[in-house]
Amino acid sequence: MCCLTKPGKILIGVDSLRSEISDKSVRVIDVRRENDYKQDHIPTAVNLPLANLLSDDSPERVLKLVNSMGIDDETPVVVYDDTFGALASRVAWTLEYLGHSNVTLLETTYSHWKLLGLENDSKIPEIQSKEHSIHLRPEILATSDYLESAKTRDDVILIDNRERLNFLEQHIPGAISLPYRTLASNDHILRSKDDMKRLFDNRGITGNSEIITYCGSVGTLSGLAYYALKSVGLPNAKLYVRSFKEWKNLQKPTEKQEDASYWDLSAE
Amino acid sequence: MTISDLEQFSPDSVKPKINWARIEEADNFANTVKLFRQGKYDEDSFRRFRLQHGAYGTRMTGDYAMVRIKLPAGEIYPHQFEKISQLSEQYSIGSAHFSTRENIQLHWVILEDVSEIFRGLAEVGLTSREACGNSVRNVMCSPLSGVCSDEEFDATPYALATARFFLRNPMAQNLPRKFKFNFTCCEKHGMVRMVDVGLIPQIREIDGSSQRGFKIFLGGGLGNKSYVGYPLEEFTPEEDLLYTSIAVMRIFDRLGDRKNLARNRMRYLVNDMGWEKFQNLVFKERAIVRATQSIITQLDIDTTPDEIKRPIRITGESGSLTPDGYARWLKTNTVKQKQSEYRSVFITLEAGDITANQLSALGDLIRDFSSEGKARCGFVQNVALRYVLEDDLPRLYSKLLEVGLAKSGALTMTAPIGCSGTTSCNLALTNSHRLAKEIQRKFLELRLDEDDDLSDSSIKISGCPNSCGQHGIATIGFFGGGARVGKDMYPNYQMSLGGRSDGETMLGEICLRIPAKRVIPVILKIIEVFKDRKKSGDTLKSWIHRIVNGNEDSDIKSINDIKKILEPLVIPPTKEEDPDFYLDYGSDTSYHTKTGKGECAA
Repeated sequence: MCCLTKPGKILIGVDSLRSEISDKSVRVIDVRRENDYKQDHIPTAVNLPLANLLSDDSPERVLKLVNSMGIDDETPVVVYDDTFGALASRVAWTLEYLGHSNVTLLETTYSHWKLLGLENDSKIPEIQSKEHSIHLRPEILATSDYLESAKTRDDVILIDNRERLNFLEQHIPGAISLPYRTLASNDHILRSKDDMKRLFDNRGITGNSEIITYCGSVGTLSGLAYYALKSVGLPNAKLYVRSFKEWKNLQKPTEKQEDASYWDLSAE
Repeated sequence: MTISDLEQFSPDSVKPKINWARIEEADNFANTVKLFRQGKYDEDSFRRFRLQHGAYGTRMTGDYAMVRIKLPAGEIYPHQFEKISQLSEQYSIGSAHFSTRENIQLHWVILEDVSEIFRGLAEVGLTSREACGNSVRNVMCSPLSGVCSDEEFDATPYALATARFFLRNPMAQNLPRKFKFNFTCCEKHGMVRMVDVGLIPQIREIDGSSQRGFKIFLGGGLGNKSYVGYPLEEFTPEEDLLYTSIAVMRIFDRLGDRKNLARNRMRYLVNDMGWEKFQNLVFKERAIVRATQSIITQLDIDTTPDEIKRPIRITGESGSLTPDGYARWLKTNTVKQKQSEYRSVFITLEAGDITANQLSALGDLIRDFSSEGKARCGFVQNVALRYVLEDDLPRLYSKLLEVGLAKSGALTMTAPIGCSGTTSCNLALTNSHRLAKEIQRKFLELRLDEDDDLSDSSIKISGCPNSCGQHGIATIGFFGGGARVGKDMYPNYQMSLGGRSDGETMLGEICLRIPAKRVIPVILKIIEVFKDRKKSGDTLKSWIHRIVNGNEDSDIKSINDIKKILEPLVIPPTKEEDPDFYLDYGSDTSYHTKTGKGECAA
C-alpha cells in the first residue's frame, strides 16, 4: 500500500489519506458531479466536477481553479472519483501538466470508501485562495500533430484504452489495444505493481520507449492508463488528451479489423 | 487492518470439489508466447502448444485468440461466473459465449493476454487446458443428471472423475485427433450417439444385488462427415468404465489416421474398419488393459452427495406481483425435477452470448435461488439453475427479467444453436451466429415458443460444413456456404430435415439450399405446410419423421415434396430488385466467402 506526499507516488491508500486529512495537510478533490458531492463526500474535500474542468482546460483557467481550491506549489493533492479512477486521473494529469508535482489518486473509488464504512459528510469547506505558479510540462502531453509524427518512430508505443469492440471497429493505425478494465484489480483503481508490470511486460510495454495513451474523447480512460504506466516506473508517458474524437474529426487515417462480424458476438 | 481484511466471500457460496487449474501454466504460456514472437518457436509447434492450452485461433488474424474455458460435467459455481465476467471485460469483448459442449469461450483476446486469463481462471480453480487440440476435450454430462426422473443414477461423479483422470494425462496429450466423452442422464436428454464415447448410466440386478454401470456408445460424431455411434455391449459395469475408456483411446492412438487431417476422428477409423472388427478390438484391448494396469490406476469417483439446502437470501424480498410473461416462461424454460418440490430453470441466451453484467448477476442468482449452490451448462448454448424451489420461481423470474435473462422458449425450437460463424471463426462462410439470433427474435415475437406442436423440434445452424452448430441432428438444420448469380455472391445455407439425437438418433436429410435472407420465411412455410396436414397428437418433429422414414400418407410424402413447395421461395432476385439479399446478416458490404486455415486438425 502506498503512502502519500513523496513525489513519484501515484496512489494513496485509504488509511494514509485518513491520517493526512486529520493532519490537515492535504487538499482532497472530489471530481464527481456537484449533486453527488453535495450529498456526501470525503471530509474536507472540495468539488471539481470533471465537466467543469473540461469546459475550459486552458492553463490560465486551470490556474484560477487551482488557486481557488487553495492549492499552491507545495500543497499535496489527492483526487478521487466514483468512475474507477478515470475521471480523477484526468484531473490529476491536468494539475501535473500545469506543473503541480504532488498529486496522487485515491487507490479506490468513493463507493468503495463508503462500503468500507469510512467517514464522509456533506460539509463544504471554506477555502482560502492561494497562488500557484505555472510551469507547463509539455512532455506529458501529446497533440494530434505530435502523435502523427511520433507514430512513425520505432521506439514509440501507442496504446488505445477503449473497449475491445471499439478498437476492432476503428483505431489509430499502429495502436495496441489495452482496455481500461485491464488496469484495475477488484477494488483498486490500479493493479498492484507486480501485476501491472507483468501485464505490460507480456504486451511489450517496457523499457525506455515513449508511450502515448488515448481513448474515446477526453482523455479519461487513457488518463488512468497514463498513471498505470507511471505506477510501474515507466518514465516516458504522454497523454493524447483530445483522443480519438479529435483524430476522427481531423479526418486522420484509421484502421479496422477486417473480414469479421465481431459485433454479432456481443450480447449487448 | 487493511482493506482486503474487510472483504469476505459470501458465506453461502458453495465451493467446488476439484481444482482443475495449474498456476504455473500461465507463466509457461506467457514465456512461450514471447519466444514465439521472437522467432524462437516455430509456427507449428507453437500452434500445437497454444491449442493444448485451450487458446484457439481467430478469423483472419494471428494477433487474437479465443480462450475456451472447460466446465467439466457442465458445473459452474457463483465465484467462477464472477471471475469470468471480470475476465471478459478485461481481456475480451465484454461478453462471453456458451458453447454446445459445456465450455465458456472468451473471444478476441490478445494472444499476449491469454496468460493473464489463465491466472484469473486459476484463482477460481478453472482451466482451459486441453479444451482444444488433439486431447480429451471437456467431458460433458447432462444438465439434468441428478435431477432427471428417467435416470437410473447420477452420472456426474463419473464424468468428473473421467475428466480428472485424462486431464494432463500423458496418454491423452497427442492423440490423432480430439476425443470427446458425453455422459447423460437418460436416452432423451443426452447426445450419446453423436460423440466418440457416449455413456448412459444403467443399473443391473445381479444375484439380488444391484450393480452400477453404463451403456456405452462408440464412434459417433458430427463433422464434415457425421456418423451415429454403435452400442458396445448391453452393460458395462462401473469397474470397467476406466478400462474401456483407456482401451478405446489406445486403439485410436495406435490406429487413428495421423496423416489425413480431414479423416482423423475416431468415427472414421470405426467406419473404415467396420463396427464388428472395432468392437472386437475394444474387447481384446480392454482385457489387456485390465490385466496390465497398476492397481492404483483408478477413477477417483466422489459420490458424496452434494448438500442441498435452501439459500439464505441476502437481497430483500420484492413485491408479490408476478410479472407478465411468467406463465409462458414457466412453461417453456423450466423442468420438474425428480425431487418433488424443485424445478430446474433453463436460461436462454441468444446463440450462447452473455454480457459481463449478466454473468456476474448469475453468480448472485445461484446463491439466492439454487439449493445446490451451483449451475450446470446445457448442450444448447445455455445454462441451468437447478434445485429452485417451486415457490421461488416467480421471484426468480422477476430477477431474471431485471438482468435481461428471462427470455422464454429455452426448451423449444425458438432457441436455435448458432456456431460463432464469421464473428470469429477462420473457417466460417456465413454469419450463422447472427442468423440464429435473428430467428430467435422473430420466433419469440411470433410467440412460437408457446406452440406445443413445435416445442420438441430444434433448429441448429453451422457457418460451414463442419458441424460446430450441430446442424446434422436438428429437426431443421442449416450449414453455410456461398452461392452466386453471375458475378454477385450471396450467403446461402444447405438445409437438412429430420435429424435427432435421442434414442432414435439419425442425421438429417438434405433438402434444399436456402439463401440466408430466406431462411426465416422458409421455416415459417414448413410450419404452415405442417399445420395444414397435422394429425392429432402430431408435432412438427413427428410429422417430419414420418416423411423422412416414408410413412406419411398426405400429399407430402418425401423430402422432395417439401423441396418442391419451397423452391419458389429461394429464387434469387436481381441485385437491383433486392440489394439486401446479397448481404449477410450483420454486414453492410457485399458478400464474399473468405476463409483462413482451420485449427481443428492442428
